[in-house]
Amino acid sequence: MLDTAFSIPLVALSDIGRVISLLVIGGGLLWILIRSLRAKEVDRRIVFLFIFIAVAAPILFPITFQERATLIVKRVFDKVESSPAGSKVLLAFDFDPAMAPEVQPMADAFSRHCLEKGHKVIFMTLWATGQALLTQSLERVVRGEYPDKLDGVDYINLGFKAGNENVLNIIVTDFRMMFPTDVNGVPLDSTSIFDDVKSCKDLDLIIAIGGGKPGVKEWVLYIGDRVNVPMAAGVAAVVAPQLYPYYPKQLLGLLGGVKGAAEYESELVKWYPHLKERGTPGLRMMGPQTLAHMVVMAFIVIGNISYFISRRRERIQ
Amino acid sequence: MKRQVPLIITFLIGMIMIFSFFIPPLEGLEQTCSLFFDVIAVFAFFLGGGNLMRIHINKLRRRKKDWGFSIVTLGGFIIMLAAGLLKIGNPGGIAASPTTEGALLQEIFTYVFLPLQSTMYALLAFFVASASYRAFRAKNREATILLIAAFVILLGRTPFGMMLTAWIPESFSVLQVPNMAIWIMNSPNLAGQRAIMIGIGLGVISMSLRLILGIERTYLGDESA
Amino acid sequence: MPSHPTTSRPSHPAMLLILFTFFLLPCIVLAQTEVGQTNIEGTPIVPDSEQIVAAPVTSLIAADHKYDDGEMIELSWVPSIDDQLVDGKVIGYKVYRLEDDGEPQMITELAPGSNAYNDQSVERGKLYSYFVSALSSNAETPSVRTAPIEPQREWLNYELLNVLIMALVLGGAVIYFIETARRGKKLFVRKIAGLEAVDEAIGRATEMGRPILFIPGILDMDDVQTLAALTILGRIARIIADYDTKIFMPVSRSLVMTAGRETIKASYQAAGRPDAYSDDMVTYITDEQFGYVAAVDGIMVRERPATVFLLGAFFAESLILAETGNSVGAIQIAGTARPAQLPFFIAACDFTLIGEELFAASAYLSGEPKQMGSLKGQDVGKAIAMAAILIGILTVTIGDSWDVEWIQNITTGLTEIFSTK
Repeated sequence: MLDTAFSIPLVALSDIGRVISLLVIGGGLLWILIRSLRAKEVDRRIVFLFIFIAVAAPILFPITFQERATLIVKRVFDKVESSPAGSKVLLAFDFDPAMAPEVQPMADAFSRHCLEKGHKVIFMTLWATGQALLTQSLERVVRGEYPDKLDGVDYINLGFKAGNENVLNIIVTDFRMMFPTDVNGVPLDSTSIFDDVKSCKDLDLIIAIGGGKPGVKEWVLYIGDRVNVPMAAGVAAVVAPQLYPYYPKQLLGLLGGVKGAAEYESELVKWYPHLKERGTPGLRMMGPQTLAHMVVMAFIVIGNISYFISRRRERIQ
Repeated sequence: MKRQVPLIITFLIGMIMIFSFFIPPLEGLEQTCSLFFDVIAVFAFFLGGGNLMRIHINKLRRRKKDWGFSIVTLGGFIIMLAAGLLKIGNPGGIAASPTTEGALLQEIFTYVFLPLQSTMYALLAFFVASASYRAFRAKNREATILLIAAFVILLGRTPFGMMLTAWIPESFSVLQVPNMAIWIMNSPNLAGQRAIMIGIGLGVISMSLRLILGIERTYLGDESA
Repeated sequence: MPSHPTTSRPSHPAMLLILFTFFLLPCIVLAQTEVGQTNIEGTPIVPDSEQIVAAPVTSLIAADHKYDDGEMIELSWVPSIDDQLVDGKVIGYKVYRLEDDGEPQMITELAPGSNAYNDQSVERGKLYSYFVSALSSNAETPSVRTAPIEPQREWLNYELLNVLIMALVLGGAVIYFIETARRGKKLFVRKIAGLEAVDEAIGRATEMGRPILFIPGILDMDDVQTLAALTILGRIARIIADYDTKIFMPVSRSLVMTAGRETIKASYQAAGRPDAYSDDMVTYITDEQFGYVAAVDGIMVRERPATVFLLGAFFAESLILAETGNSVGAIQIAGTARPAQLPFFIAACDFTLIGEELFAASAYLSGEPKQMGSLKGQDVGKAIAMAAILIGILTVTIGDSWDVEWIQNITTGLTEIFSTK
């Protein structure tokens, strides 16, 4: 990523890069539009090239957009924000590396928000591949940005437990039966965070992050519905439609994909401006996503123009 | 006999699994049968792995077209197998878990396999664009509706969607593009998905009955079915 | 008379008083207030005057959990009055169990506010009774003990009776129509475009001299979609054998490889061309999702098949496979029962079998009366579903809008009929 270290007076190199990228994309699309008026189809490699530029340019020359949290995301934010300090929040990292680019930003945002509010955060995962991602998140966000927070007091990592929904079936009545110790072998009984937590009933909020199975659906079926603990979710964009039926009763809010992460981050930096410098990957990824969407929409329009013109020519002939 | 025995096994296990859903003392059978299947699948892995080795060794021996790639395949197979079985580079030694930090298997997984996996997944971005360009043409009424819905969803997933319709008053907020996108996903899309799922459920029942009763036997290689 | 020494022997009452003071009283006190021990496990014993005694729980009921194999007893109670007050004395509860009138054993400790517990460590043939103690900071107050109860095994889960009836209706409909079709009655089944195009697609490959690629999804033989794909394979392999077209079938699971080989081999034998069959037609690639996709994409680009069948369970790789197939100019017939992947197939493939059409394909392609009858049986299920949805919409709309109780009762009844516990 090029930054102002190489800037020339008055204009940063990154600004030049942004302008050139937008000109290239815009100009290229215009040229293709003119070709389509002659009913010429676009080679798929041209489409790939434009997508590559649309995704790469905002990464190299950061292009970010303002986001405003929609109600479905704001409800999650408001719940975390309005809960009194010291509330027990469980974050479930139920995803693998393939899904991580979409949901890791929201996982980090949730962690930061909870720790800023002084909530006690319990981390766990039902996915074997989620354990490494959970560890990474703890190193980067919790230990890296909040060194004053104590393991076992302000947060705890329960790690991964095999068994899928069977794990949920047990922790709904007794955490210690499934997790007698945390991931480092420290007994839960000797941690203050678990002083008054026996089961999921004693939690104030559960946030399930992921998109596969076991995932949010299982959390809702085995925990949320049974113990009446407020529950929120953050999932990959392709999974979100399947969870809308649970909103707003079983899920108080839902973050879908990079957009959901970006909306949450925008709300977070609005209330806690100092968090902006720690990175907002969701907002940053909206740049490529937005440009890529615009390029796809442009190609759809161009494709339809080309189609209608060629159909008209066929009719004339 | 070669066909009768599998059919009898299919019928018996199928009926037991159906009954076990309704008869509490048999409830644990479903998990037991799943475990049996897992064991069989693991043994079958030797067949698959052996087949893979045989094909590529053959290709190498006969110097068939693109035999160089077979070296890569075989090399990767043997290295990963050795790294996992022999715990090469594992700080904990041969008794430790193969995925311990610092072990060769874990290093290859983190620095070779995961980036490759992410790369393949990233191809979707390109293919979504080319598929959209080709497929979203207003050829007829249904295709036009699909096109409009796709547009609304695409726009709704970007900040421009909100920017374009931010001027709409709160009482008509359902007409704001992001809210329209949520409505499309929540109502017509969900209704369609549920209808398809009902059909799938009924199709599974019909297919399963045909399999259990032995009416459908093609998967056994029985052409008379 | 001379006098005796001044010490005199104590009287009987005094003796008794001394005995009581020095022997019996300490025993009585020690039995109740032995420092460092507890009378019920876990609670420190303090002098009576310092004990904070919480009110006991009430209405403790132990009931056998219905419709199980005698594995669970459900306990419920009304929490202690002292639990429900602000700054109440209760800090938790302990549940005790007596097995066949033995010694009480503590089986669990619960947080304040608890009013239920499921004991899943019981065995049939034994009698259990329970009591629950309300815990204060330094005392326990046990409740009244429940009457002994034996967990019972039920042979039928009556809670699933509605599911059983529905299954019998649907299964019965399928079997009825199979019999009807077997007796010669003609059954109408609508045209499915994707299946009508199978012959044409195979013919195209034969004319162009290019192979056919068959991809049966990425799940194993325990998934019904994979089985559906293999049954279709059996039908089209026969045509392929007759036309002498090449077929490639890269698979992601070893068991599918074995089953696929059997299927194709039988088809070639039935076509009278066993020598044309080769095991290399079906090859195992890898279980890993994207590794398999990469390999299949490579096969598509190198072999340039004229026809690609994508039938079975697919996940994120569906669009990658479909687009690559499209790029090599193949005609593509796809089918899956995963709703999330259907839009990708519909956008990228020439023909798509949506959900149930995949399961109907084998019956449709065979044209056999027995198989076609099963499709009609499915339609009975769809008719029931449509009727229920329609009635449900009407009753919910009318019942909730006009608050009509008997209509709301219909809605409740419908919900109970179609829900599983």
